[in-house]
Amino acid sequence: MFTALAGTPLAEVQAALAEHGQYLPFDPPLAAAGATLGGAVATGLSGSGRRRYGGVRDFIIGMRYVDGQGRLVRSGGKVVKNAAGFDQHKLLVGSLGSLGVIVEVSFKVFPQPLAFATLQISGLSLASAIDTIGRLSTSHFDLEALDLLPAEGAYTLLLRIGGPAAVLPARLEHLRRWQGRGEAVADDAAIWQRTATFSWLPRGAKLAKAPLTLAALPALDAMLASCNAARRYIDGSNLAWIAWPGAWDELDAQLLALGLSGVALLGPPTEQPLLGLHNGANLAARIKQTLDPENKFPPLNGGKQ
Amino acid sequence: MPNSALIDALATFLPVHRLLRQAAELAPYESDALTAFRSRPGAVVLAETQEEVVRVVELCHRHSVPFVARGSGTSLSGGSLPVAGGVVIALNRLNRIVHLDPQRRIAVVEPGVINLDVTKAAAPHGLYYAPDPSSQLICTIGGNVAFNSGGAHCLKYGMTANHVLGIKAVLPDGAVVQLGGDSLESVGPDLAGFFVGSEGLFGIALEITVRLLPRPELYRTVLAAYHSLAAAGDAVAQVVASGLLPGAMEIMDNLAIQAAEAAVHAGYPRDAAALLIVELEGERVQVEAEFAHLLQVVEASGPYEVRVAKDDADRARIWKGRKSAFSAVGRLSPDYIVQDGVVPRSRLGEALAAIQRLSAQHGLRVANVFHAGDGNLHPLILYSGRTPGELERAETLAGEILNLCIELGGSITGEHGVGVEKRAYMPAMFNPVDLAVMNELRLAIDPKELANRGKMLPDGDAPSLTHPGIHPLEQQGVISRA
Ligand SMILES: Cc1cc2nc3c(=O)[nH]c(=O)nc-3n(C[C@H](O)[C@H](O)[C@H](O)COP(=O)(O)OP(=O)(O)OC[C@H]3O[C@@H](n4cnc5c(N)ncnc54)[C@H](O)[C@@H]3O)c2cc1C
Repeated sequence: MFTALAGTPLAEVQAALAEHGQYLPFDPPLAAAGATLGGAVATGLSGSGRRRYGGVRDFIIGMRYVDGQGRLVRSGGKVVKNAAGFDQHKLLVGSLGSLGVIVEVSFKVFPQPLAFATLQISGLSLASAIDTIGRLSTSHFDLEALDLLPAEGAYTLLLRIGGPAAVLPARLEHLRRWQGRGEAVADDAAIWQRTATFSWLPRGAKLAKAPLTLAALPALDAMLASCNAARRYIDGSNLAWIAWPGAWDELDAQLLALGLSGVALLGPPTEQPLLGLHNGANLAARIKQTLDPENKFPPLNGGKQ
Repeated sequence: MPNSALIDALATFLPVHRLLRQAAELAPYESDALTAFRSRPGAVVLAETQEEVVRVVELCHRHSVPFVARGSGTSLSGGSLPVAGGVVIALNRLNRIVHLDPQRRIAVVEPGVINLDVTKAAAPHGLYYAPDPSSQLICTIGGNVAFNSGGAHCLKYGMTANHVLGIKAVLPDGAVVQLGGDSLESVGPDLAGFFVGSEGLFGIALEITVRLLPRPELYRTVLAAYHSLAAAGDAVAQVVASGLLPGAMEIMDNLAIQAAEAAVHAGYPRDAAALLIVELEGERVQVEAEFAHLLQVVEASGPYEVRVAKDDADRARIWKGRKSAFSAVGRLSPDYIVQDGVVPRSRLGEALAAIQRLSAQHGLRVANVFHAGDGNLHPLILYSGRTPGELERAETLAGEILNLCIELGGSITGEHGVGVEKRAYMPAMFNPVDLAVMNELRLAIDPKELANRGKMLPDGDAPSLTHPGIHPLEQQGVISRA
């Protein structure tokens, strides 16, 4: 585990962990762009690598934050397992600055896989991609990442594995034979770098994320295709990265119509970063009122219920 | 004193055999697995539907009567201990698996579903539910959610909180909320994550969406015997430092070995001062390669004997011994206290040596069987309630072990929760501001302090409503008097 101040750049954390052969398994994106640890927590961002062990919420073990009454509060601990007290550090994940200022965070970390390799399966219809994801999900293959991207009128699946370099060729071959097709990607690091840096975003596009399930994928993808939005789906379609060409309130309405939620990440500032459907407003409002009774911080979702 | 207006209201929709009132009927609900405490509830409701649970909570709120949710009552910290005269809402009959979707690797279950039954339902699809408390044959998912329960195999994939995606819950005032959803991702504050581990203080989970994992292609299990407990503890640090990520890493000391052997004949080396169990899991080719590495690391840590599980039956025997150890210790002693604390993994050897010293000082035997990979200690303190003064000595020793955990930078509980047992230790871990904020959050969610009153928070006995004068939260309009 490690503890760091919230303003520490992710890149610095990653470098320090790498010296000890460790990494952040939730694979936060935008490290190269200067993202900080506290920022990753407050926006609740995890990357493609979340497929293997889980997202930021699964690795945070403790925090110190300043609430709306100016109190320095500690939650959780500095050991990988701890069941004492209410886990307010979970609340601050994804809170977008509405509940408090994160000062310090503690994370559980894992040994970094020694090497990676990726199998690419191209030219899939959406239906066969969904079928493949479903079959992979009940198979024994341990994937570091499972991304789906539209490409040239069809869909491509990227299956990443990690482990000792000596066994990866055999594992990749098992995967390819099981699937009956696919080819090894020549430059594994480069292809995942593209996802983590969002270099695939069209110039000027806004970026949003939307939690998703395999069942909701066809309707969302059809909507995004019809709006000409570039997109990628990570973690077996549990999360959509959406390059939205229109206004935020249009995406808000579209997600709502699909019964999905989302959050605006890059682009023109908005008072209402949370998009689409929202759960738990009743509980969230009580928490906001407790931690920030005078609304010193931005309201949860611009005050919209 | 039971509230007769509430009882009358409950009787309008609950048949007598599901609204228990007689002393003999109430007796089984007077305590949980922390048997040192007992308390008689005013009534026990055997709920059969989610709607019934919501109605009971609403009525308790209307009549200002405290209630305690109860799964199987296996809490070791007094979590499901009733409030005297209050209502116990027993959830065992809410045991439907509402939905299981293998392609999306999720199951939606009611709170009374037994932990192991989730894995049984998922098994035909090659999936399983990862958190595996030793009590998994009887404990419920609702209880697991309340305590963020863990198990031997929580090293790699985490505790209950890491496997709960969504929760439909009734808050203590009867409001029904949906927290999280059925995606692995979420936006906004992680409310489902916040609910997990709240020890029943935030209301009752009615429906829980859990994630399932694919069963690994291969498990490889090694058992190493050491001449000292500290050496086994140090071996854990070496495995952690080796870059390997085991699915489980457990230690048992000699007393625990004796107990497990007597109970289930696991085939452990009986003379070992300590036994380390390490298990790797995953794809075959990789596990085989990593296991060779693991064996080197283990050999280098100075064991006097190393055994590798030959087959599935061998592996099952090893785990059976480990999982039966708690109850098996009952054979060695008329009474024992199960302690649960956490230390940084790098300081395990040191902590174990200190526990042995404390055990000798107090003249009480301590058996250790625990989740070493997480630094989660479970010292079992053996005593006889018949010998005057022994219980008190055992409690003193238990307290000293907790203080040791705090001094080493750890926690007073890794998975059994604070309950009634460890309320007094909360101020040793959290400062007054931290505790005040927890209390305020509780009051915002449950102004009348009805849900599991008297648990987790120190002085949780409704101080705000019995203290004279206006509570600061009342002033702010956060809470009001009923
Ligand atoms: C032999 C033995 C071995 C054990 N091994 C382990 C272990 O390895 N790891 C571990 O973590 N624990 C272990 N435990 C402790 C215990 O089994 C767990 O805490 C378990 O989660 C409790 O489940 P239960 O259904 O018995 O809950 P109960 O004891 O009935 O209740 C526990 C708490 O949950 C609350 N609760 C119950 N249902 C709900 C609900 N639906 N919504 C909200 N709150 C609710 C109760 O109010 C109470 O506070 C062990 C216990 C025993 C006796």
